[in-house]
Amino acid sequence: MGALDFARGLLARARGCHCDTCPLAAPSKSRRLVLFGSPNVGKSVIFNQLTGVYAVVSNYPGTTVEVARGEARIGDVLLEIVDSPGAYSLAPLSEDERVARDLLADDPPDMVLHVIDAKNLRRALPLTFQLLEAGIPVAVNLNVIDEAERAGLSVDTDRLSADLGVPVVATAAVSGVGMDGLRALVAGEIPVPSDYRVDYPEWIESAIAEIAELLRGDYGLAPRAVALLLLQRDPGTWERVRRANAEAASDIERVVSDAEAQYSHPLAYPIALARRQAAEGAANGAVRGSSRAVKPGFGESVGRLAMHPVAGMLMLAAVLYVGLYLFVGKLGAGVMVDFLEHQVFARYVTPASTHIVERLLPWPTWSKLFVGEYGLITLGLRYAIAIVLPLVGAFFLTFAVLEDSGYLPRLALLVDRFFKRIGLSGRAVIPIVLGLGCDTMATLVTRVLETRRERVIATLLLALAIPCSAQLGVILGLLSRHPLGLAIWGVVILGVFFLSGALAARLLPGETPRFYLEIPPMRWPSLRNVATKTFARLRWYAAEVIPLFLVASIVIWIGELTRLFQLALTVLRPAVNALGLPDAAADAFLFGFFRRDYGAARIFDLARPSEVMSGVPLVVAMVTITLFVPCIAQFLVMIRERGWRTALAVAGLILPFAFGVGFLLNVILLSIGVQI
Amino acid sequence: MPDRNLSERAEEILAGIWQRRESEEEHPAPADRAGEAPEEAVGELEEKGLVRETSGQLSLTDEGEKEAAAIVRRERLAERLLVDVLNVGKGVATETACKFEHLLRRGIDDEICTLLGHPKVCPHGSPIPPGECCRAGAQEASRVVSALADLLPGQEGVIAYIRGRRRETVQRMMALGAVPGTPIRLLQKSPSYVFQIEQSHVAVDREIARDIYVRLRGRSTVAPPPPTSWLPRPFWGKRHRRGRGRR
Repeated sequence: MGALDFARGLLARARGCHCDTCPLAAPSKSRRLVLFGSPNVGKSVIFNQLTGVYAVVSNYPGTTVEVARGEARIGDVLLEIVDSPGAYSLAPLSEDERVARDLLADDPPDMVLHVIDAKNLRRALPLTFQLLEAGIPVAVNLNVIDEAERAGLSVDTDRLSADLGVPVVATAAVSGVGMDGLRALVAGEIPVPSDYRVDYPEWIESAIAEIAELLRGDYGLAPRAVALLLLQRDPGTWERVRRANAEAASDIERVVSDAEAQYSHPLAYPIALARRQAAEGAANGAVRGSSRAVKPGFGESVGRLAMHPVAGMLMLAAVLYVGLYLFVGKLGAGVMVDFLEHQVFARYVTPASTHIVERLLPWPTWSKLFVGEYGLITLGLRYAIAIVLPLVGAFFLTFAVLEDSGYLPRLALLVDRFFKRIGLSGRAVIPIVLGLGCDTMATLVTRVLETRRERVIATLLLALAIPCSAQLGVILGLLSRHPLGLAIWGVVILGVFFLSGALAARLLPGETPRFYLEIPPMRWPSLRNVATKTFARLRWYAAEVIPLFLVASIVIWIGELTRLFQLALTVLRPAVNALGLPDAAADAFLFGFFRRDYGAARIFDLARPSEVMSGVPLVVAMVTITLFVPCIAQFLVMIRERGWRTALAVAGLILPFAFGVGFLLNVILLSIGVQI
Repeated sequence: MPDRNLSERAEEILAGIWQRRESEEEHPAPADRAGEAPEEAVGELEEKGLVRETSGQLSLTDEGEKEAAAIVRRERLAERLLVDVLNVGKGVATETACKFEHLLRRGIDDEICTLLGHPKVCPHGSPIPPGECCRAGAQEASRVVSALADLLPGQEGVIAYIRGRRRETVQRMMALGAVPGTPIRLLQKSPSYVFQIEQSHVAVDREIARDIYVRLRGRSTVAPPPPTSWLPRPFWGKRHRRGRGRR
């Protein structure tokens, strides 16, 4: 995951290779192609196949929340390919849909490839119509055609193409079927905008005509599409019109309210009905065979079980036990870290590098930079390679399997009712669970939530009560030997999660969110995608974490020289002691300000020889560092996504809160005399 | 019974007399809708033998009794339709229902009555005079159109309409493919509702499930057993069993 840099990396890559700045290529043609479509239809798979750049692919709606860019050269055509977050329509309901829509409106591409899940043609065609209305050249890609065929459906692509006046190509992108046809299509002639028209009721048509007449200025989309968005009261479009076309806005307002007065429901309703009817017509012509109920396979039965109120909870427990406790805690933190730490570093790397450095740099001040207590090699590199990466790697692997199976949306529907209590809908499970991988990226994923209230609550909970993968790995690694300690940690963190969520839901005004989520078919994870994804994330993470840990070593080294480091420790020590923790733990908290994983790795390092810290202090330290401030990257994303004030308020709230909870926990555990 | 093509005023007078009698049974002071009955309309009613005037008070003849019951029935069914299904506020509903009632011809009221599951009282609690369909359908308890939230797992039908005034609600439904005319099947209802449209499965909460109205296939009352019935019943599942709704 490695969040920010993952996004940054993709953007930088795209920028670096963009045809404007690339001096090498002089292709005869270059064009921009946007992949557009509903969530979870496989846009990112197609993006990966066309560009060779890996964009994360998972089996749940909302995997892609940011725009990813890459390029492909097909024949003599250079394509800039843009992968967009899934959107159900051009009138967005959530932030990620807005990102997708704005991508079309702000900078109209040369061509849009509408990616459709072929099983659900009738549902998808209304979006094709909207793209056609927008006046953008559209090609249709019927993806996952293999699943449609298994369901007894066959689509006559020629017929569909003739009916809609757009090129149509069928693919099963995951297995590469039909990709050659798709490549030829996107590199071929840019399709002429189709003159296909949805027949809206006459009174809507006349309102569209009137509005189109009044519209001045360029909105990126054709006037017909803009008029329809205005009739549907899309807030973003209205804002644009008011800004660009203030005097016409009131006339348009009049036309829209006149039209609204003629119908009992919001106009989105009759508009959707007309589109649906058109979709029905087109699909009836093109689809052969009726969808038959597929005999539920093994995956489907497991999927069913995961949605059952009782069996689902048992399955959750099993997933947590096997995936987290056994795999990450025992195998990752136990076996792998032990090997790297005790075998590789303690036996070879540390002694060897100490020996070499001390010979080359016989001045202790300088050699300390490399091999001292906080040295570049002995601490920076060791923490990154021997502690954090194996933990995070094990975690990413578990995660990739869960993501690809289609389990997450099922978990969402299972906990919706509990999440409503904390002001969130079940959909928020996706960012929250992703937070266990990386809170920074998860903060970005809160875009899939519909209301600002939900996004703020989810951001708060991610910053406060969701440990990131490195922290979780460390915690599981240390506490898997003390099940009681692990249980106490779990209960406290869950308690904080639900109590602070409930409190936030009380304090923030707004209504209970509605829950709706598409449940994708349960699929057997593809080994290749799991491996690619884990590896890609690990690489991103390593690229982020190794330089940062090294920089931290240098900063500490300078801090030690200037005595600022010692001063900071002196300030922190009383707070740490108040939690019942030894002096040595102070620097773990100082590190924690810098990076969550860094602070956690420090505690791991300190607690391994259990004489420094064990029992109650260890549990208290773990709880406090879990709740402790978000790392710098997360904080930056919080500012970008939620604004300065919210980000500062959240961080300001968390710091005293984390210490308060740690202090109370220490007092309680000591007074009841728990032996861990 | 032949359709009597009464004028609107005349129908109102009949309904007024019916209502006055109803309210007199409860409190003696009548709220009289037919108070200042215009001569013309009363003449029309007398001519058709529906009312008679005794000591300055209008009362119903036997024929008039039947006619008035039908009118009141249509009016109250219209109220139910507006309140239950179309989600119109009770106050507005009465007003609209009065106008609406005149448009409902015989036969259509039975359709609405069946659709609503033969309701016994109007939204304000006054009894709805039973019609032919109520007697015929005494055993047939299920509605023809029902909220998705009230279906049993495994039941299927076609989406009849989407209830909801808010733009977001309507848009959300459209995003899910829940557009009138689309076949839909309920798969489970606890802990969340899961339905199937085409080949996709969608999970929604109870609030959304209550906004989707489904016209059931056939009129069978016997729902197929839920597909996961071999699993233990959820401990919180009781809240969502049928019958808890508004009945």
